[in-house]
Amino acid sequence: MIYVKFFASVRERIGVGEMSLPVPDGGVTVAEVLVLAEGVAGVALQGAHLLAAVNLQHVPFSDVVRDGDEVAFFPPVTGG
Amino acid sequence: MIVKVQQEDFNPMAEMAAFPVDAIAGAGGSVTFIGTVRDYSETADILAMEIEHYPGMTERELERISAEAARHYDILDSLIIHRYGHLAPQDNIVMVAVWSRHRAAAFDACRFLIDVLKTSATFWKKEITPEGVRWVTDCPGCRTGSRDGHAHAPHVSHSHTHS
Repeated sequence: MIYVKFFASVRERIGVGEMSLPVPDGGVTVAEVLVLAEGVAGVALQGAHLLAAVNLQHVPFSDVVRDGDEVAFFPPVTGG
Repeated sequence: MIVKVQQEDFNPMAEMAAFPVDAIAGAGGSVTFIGTVRDYSETADILAMEIEHYPGMTERELERISAEAARHYDILDSLIIHRYGHLAPQDNIVMVAVWSRHRAAAFDACRFLIDVLKTSATFWKKEITPEGVRWVTDCPGCRTGSRDGHAHAPHVSHSHTHS
């Protein structure tokens, strides 16, 4: 399974804070995880400015996700 | 290095006084930045602020940038405290303190830490205004006060530059 978390405005648009997704055969990229999550939530985030993290580290959307990974999607950060 | 992500308020002078003395033996000074909640934004008065964060990743990211500051600047140690939850105007949000033998490194490292924190630490601000509630979405780099152009980190999908 892949454990997916959403934060801030992305969490509100998806409607849940987290979900688990089965890993498709042949592996999956961060970008593809987002498409799968959008399908489950019935929401399209295309056009939104999004960042991603895998296992608590910022990553590009082209990174490959493995079984057991935690993937997170969120808007650009606004702390400080 | 010390990193704290917490809901409760902090007292900057007490935090600095409580910092382990062994770590900063030989210090000739310290530079501290304290960020507080503004009572206005571009569009509305701010009644309060809600700050959300990514538990686990936030701490890890603050430790990563603290280690990066220690590598790049001639400093003795650093402290970062960032709050989350419900905050009112003038409340403390963030504190960055850096100790060094000579002042230049402490000024530079403190500036580096608060600037990088704003583009990489996983916090999100929501403004509560008389007109309603809105997530803050402005470009963090634009708020650093830098006169230099800046670019977003490579991982940011909306990478662009300013001048």
